[in-house]
Amino acid sequence: MRCRGGTAHRGVSATADQVIYLDHAATSWPKPASVVAAMAGYLERAGGNPGRSGHRLSVAAGRIVYGVREQVAAFFGVPDPLRVIFTPNATHAINIVLRGLLQPGDHVVTTGMEHNAVMRPLRALERKGVALSVVPCAPDGTLEPDLVALAIRPETKLVVLCHGSNVVGTIAPVAEVAALAHSQGALVLLDAAQTAGAVPLDMGRLGVDFLAFTGHKSLMGPPGTGGLVLSPSVDPGQIEPLVAGGTGSRSEWQEQPEDLPDKLESGTPNGVGIAGLGAGIAWVQERGIEELQAHEQELCRELLEGLSSIPGVRLYGPMDPAQRLAVVSFTVEGRTVSELGLRLDEEHGVLCRVGLHCAPAAHSTIGTFPQGTVRFAPGPMVSLSQIREAVAAVAEVVRS
Amino acid sequence: MSGYGVVLFYTTSSALRAEKALVESGVEVKLIPTPRQFSSDCGLALRFPWQDRARVEELLAMLGLQLGGIHPL
Repeated sequence: MRCRGGTAHRGVSATADQVIYLDHAATSWPKPASVVAAMAGYLERAGGNPGRSGHRLSVAAGRIVYGVREQVAAFFGVPDPLRVIFTPNATHAINIVLRGLLQPGDHVVTTGMEHNAVMRPLRALERKGVALSVVPCAPDGTLEPDLVALAIRPETKLVVLCHGSNVVGTIAPVAEVAALAHSQGALVLLDAAQTAGAVPLDMGRLGVDFLAFTGHKSLMGPPGTGGLVLSPSVDPGQIEPLVAGGTGSRSEWQEQPEDLPDKLESGTPNGVGIAGLGAGIAWVQERGIEELQAHEQELCRELLEGLSSIPGVRLYGPMDPAQRLAVVSFTVEGRTVSELGLRLDEEHGVLCRVGLHCAPAAHSTIGTFPQGTVRFAPGPMVSLSQIREAVAAVAEVVRS
Repeated sequence: MSGYGVVLFYTTSSALRAEKALVESGVEVKLIPTPRQFSSDCGLALRFPWQDRARVEELLAMLGLQLGGIHPL
């Protein structure tokens, strides 16, 4: 195989032909050239503060930010763009709902496959008197909707679940869970950090009330972008803002306005990042989400087949690429994941993430806590031949 | 009378949404800083030909936006 190894690349940046980047579940790379161009264009030609002033540069910036709001709403099937709240990341969006909605005495249901973006705020709320039920999942990460129904009580205010696992790629039966939750009067928050841009996602069809997304993974935007989308039916009045401050609107008031998106979007937004996010979404739509999904499923199948043929390798998650995201976790008998990760990087230029992936609960479910796994997460810029090289690299590392 | 009217909004996002819809419907609008005589808000307002008032009101009602008022300039 082509050698990408050596120590020269460590500590310095790399170009896409020098490494095999399999860490798309952490952040996608490289970004489309149009994303870089949109961000440069924003800084060069529209650098005013959106919504703060009335001059042409402020209006130009405001139009770009608003245009991306429309893109996001259309992308997730929501008619009203003012129900799109921009945040720095999915974590912030999740915190807006969990900390803004849940009060002591409320009950919340979640699953055994959650990221710490959900578990940590929930554990903090638990200390303040919010009751928490964690529905167990199967060792491959599969969630049984009937178990969610059993966990819901009369005082359950919210069900929060991840759409696609960041550890093993398992996709949750969201529509079924949402229907069960609504039939018992609970709202639903979907953590779509891994799925937004990776699988078709329509809030109306899934029936979720809140959707938290990140911009820098499969939507191909820059880090520092993400958001919360509210369904047309959910009442924003029940959410106490996590952050209050200047919104460029109702400036005569010292109280936070109730109008969306301003109520939940204080402070100068990341206009340059949002411009890049808009270009990323446009790139995804141009390529076609079904085509991107088919490409990732092909890479996922190759990974599952290739890795499972290496002696000592153990794979986690569903074995059918159609039932999961291209997020593949594995361990090797007798080897630590940190050693594997380091050797794959240093000797083969294969970049992945090892350990617990900020998801100790999910690793407990699949049986890999606390040692963790090696995670290969290819993205749209990764080719089938690169996947074969990465599998060969694992085989070589395991042999020696 | 300038021949213009102005629509006031509670959020900049609403003003931008209205601007887009009105431009697409062929109304000649311009985003301007909210005139101080109508509001102490620091946001944007939408100026339009006063003769188009009925059409503007109809289009904005279809969007369902909360308005801060419509005034002649």
